[in-house]
Amino acid sequence: MARRAQPIGASVWVGAAVAALILSLTLGTLGAVFLRAERFSALGPADWAAVRFTLMQATLSAFLSVALAVPVARALARRRFPGRGLLITLLGAPFILPVIVVVLGILAVFGRNGLLNSALGVVGIGPLSVYGLQGVLIAHVFFNLPLATRLILQGWLSIPAERFRLAASLGFAARDVTRWLERPMLRAVVPGAFMVIFVICMTSFAVALTLGGGPKATTVELAIYQAFRFEFDLSRAALLALVQFGLSAIAAALTLWVAVPSVSGAGLDRIVARWDARHRGLRLLDGAWIALAALFLILPLAMIVADGLRALFTLPPSVFAAAGRSVAVALGSAVLTLALALPLSLAAVRLGRGIAGGMMEGVGALAIAASPLVIGTGLFILLFPIADPVALALPVTAVVNAVMSLPFATRALVPALRDAEESYGKLARSLGMRGFTHLRLVLLPRLRRPIGFSAGLAAALSMGDLGVIALFADPSQATLPLQLYRLMAAYRMEQAAGAALLLLILSLGLFWLFDRGGRVDADA
Amino acid sequence: MLTLEKIVIRQGTFVLRADFSVPAGARVAVIGPSGAGKSTLLDVISGFFAPESGRVLWNGQDLAPLAPGGRPISVLFQDNNLFPHMTVAQNVGLGLRPDLRLSAAEQVKVQQSLDRVGLGGLAARKPAALSGGQRSRVALARVLLRARPLLLLDEPFGALGPALKAEMLALVCELAQETGATVLMVTHDPQEAVMVAGQTILVAEGMAHPPRDTKALFADPPAALRAYLG
Repeated sequence: MARRAQPIGASVWVGAAVAALILSLTLGTLGAVFLRAERFSALGPADWAAVRFTLMQATLSAFLSVALAVPVARALARRRFPGRGLLITLLGAPFILPVIVVVLGILAVFGRNGLLNSALGVVGIGPLSVYGLQGVLIAHVFFNLPLATRLILQGWLSIPAERFRLAASLGFAARDVTRWLERPMLRAVVPGAFMVIFVICMTSFAVALTLGGGPKATTVELAIYQAFRFEFDLSRAALLALVQFGLSAIAAALTLWVAVPSVSGAGLDRIVARWDARHRGLRLLDGAWIALAALFLILPLAMIVADGLRALFTLPPSVFAAAGRSVAVALGSAVLTLALALPLSLAAVRLGRGIAGGMMEGVGALAIAASPLVIGTGLFILLFPIADPVALALPVTAVVNAVMSLPFATRALVPALRDAEESYGKLARSLGMRGFTHLRLVLLPRLRRPIGFSAGLAAALSMGDLGVIALFADPSQATLPLQLYRLMAAYRMEQAAGAALLLLILSLGLFWLFDRGGRVDADA
Repeated sequence: MLTLEKIVIRQGTFVLRADFSVPAGARVAVIGPSGAGKSTLLDVISGFFAPESGRVLWNGQDLAPLAPGGRPISVLFQDNNLFPHMTVAQNVGLGLRPDLRLSAAEQVKVQQSLDRVGLGGLAARKPAALSGGQRSRVALARVLLRARPLLLLDEPFGALGPALKAEMLALVCELAQETGATVLMVTHDPQEAVMVAGQTILVAEGMAHPPRDTKALFADPPAALRAYLG
């Protein structure tokens, strides 16, 4: 370790203050919830059902996503075909898609009047219902199959090409390659991918709200919302919030235990040269997996575009007003995310790779397991005595979404900051550039790409958020996702499709604008 | 005069000692096997690494309280001497004001120093659009503007071909002559030391030896230098 020849700067103090703020937003709100729950009744049968359903759907979602991702990733790793790059890019997209839009797309394919049931009706099989566990699983697989595929594809591409060459020279068949090269890799990668998806699905709210519900398909998050919104039973909401936190904490601890891979996104365009997989049957099999995965991902979105185009120009003004509020929330959330993530990342890098720096990064990652509904409930309890929480619905949505975007922002910023510090830190110091000057002239220009990416991600995530806002808002404060949910609940499906297309365009558009802004004219 | 007073540098199990002075205006080569601590020695002088004990003095003033940018020193590193997101003029302007809020008079000075190193027409370019030699010239133009009395070179021209490298070293000598700067230059190459520097510091076996006359040193090399030269 190099000895420090410089004092710890102001950046560390600002970072520590931000860390304290985030801790109070995540753990502090939990404390508020805990104090508010005066009497702790035991969990009722409905609550236990919610716990069981939460665990079951998360387990099944993770299992299905990973099990389907293995053949898809294998096919992508060893086949070259036109559109391969595009498909891999598309695999990154579900992450920033608004949940409610995807749900509407899934309804258009798997719903009562959807493509699947129309086809089944032709051959005389009765309509299948999408609501309940099956719908929740379809939606979760839609979101997480691409993530799992990217993680596992990365694993495939991390096997050195020389090994496959050696295998070919030894005359390995596809079966032998699987046994000696692929299975060891999968054993290393699959548990991590499974846990990440499990944790993500644990805090599932919008999917359960729209496709689940009822005593058989309610997640704990949804139960918090119902206790809060319909029964206004703060004690029960608080109790459920504690349960949710406990579940998330256990899941997060498990992810620390298994090594979680991270999506770097770099180098996925490489193709593994394979001599064992030229068999015609294997080529057909791979082709089928790729086609099915692409169809499953593209069809719901294509339906949104097809159905929405007609309605887009006849949308009522209330939808556009909601869109305006959503854009404002998204922009606020993007700015806030950077305001939190930059000092935190800066402090993490300044403090080095020791315990203190690790803790800073840990705070940034905390929100992965945090539940927006728990934070929202806590904020409501804290704000209620001093202000009208409903009037603060939009700022609170922006704040909570900023906190939820933080793990992704710090993950993008910290390595880039480290790089800028390692390459140009000495030069800047030798020229006497310090503090704000250093930030303005060196760090911000060097970080344009991750800053653009983080801001775009935060904007897209909060643009499509249907979580905290559902907890707080009254009709006059609706954001676009909430307005869309209301249109769906009122069975005004045509307008809903139009609003969904608008939301899709705005989410992807905001992400593209920010991300692009970070890339334009950025020098290597 | 640069004085290293009973300096002990420790990095894990690595230890380097130095105890000598370099007269003002001298041009001194720093030579020795890789890993001997040449760059670390420069890091200590420029304030990037604190010695375990001992003092670094310039004209009798202890430099310890000064941050790297506040020391009477300009440094050229092995690489990353220019910010790739800034124009040539901005990179040079940093030598006058690290916050780049330059007055009109200062901007004229930037242009003059660019003219001096032969890059008059390239002020608006970015480093990526320059050749390796041109980039070195930009860094030297900044050194000229900073006008610090001590210049440390940590093999900044290592990536250049022999002819270009000789050209840059000649330019360094010229600039040092004009400004009266003291130069410490890390090198692997004995010929370079003979060409540029009147004196040479040998860094080997945990010791930075006091500077000696370069020609005399190479005419009768001590055992450590003989081992290095082979």
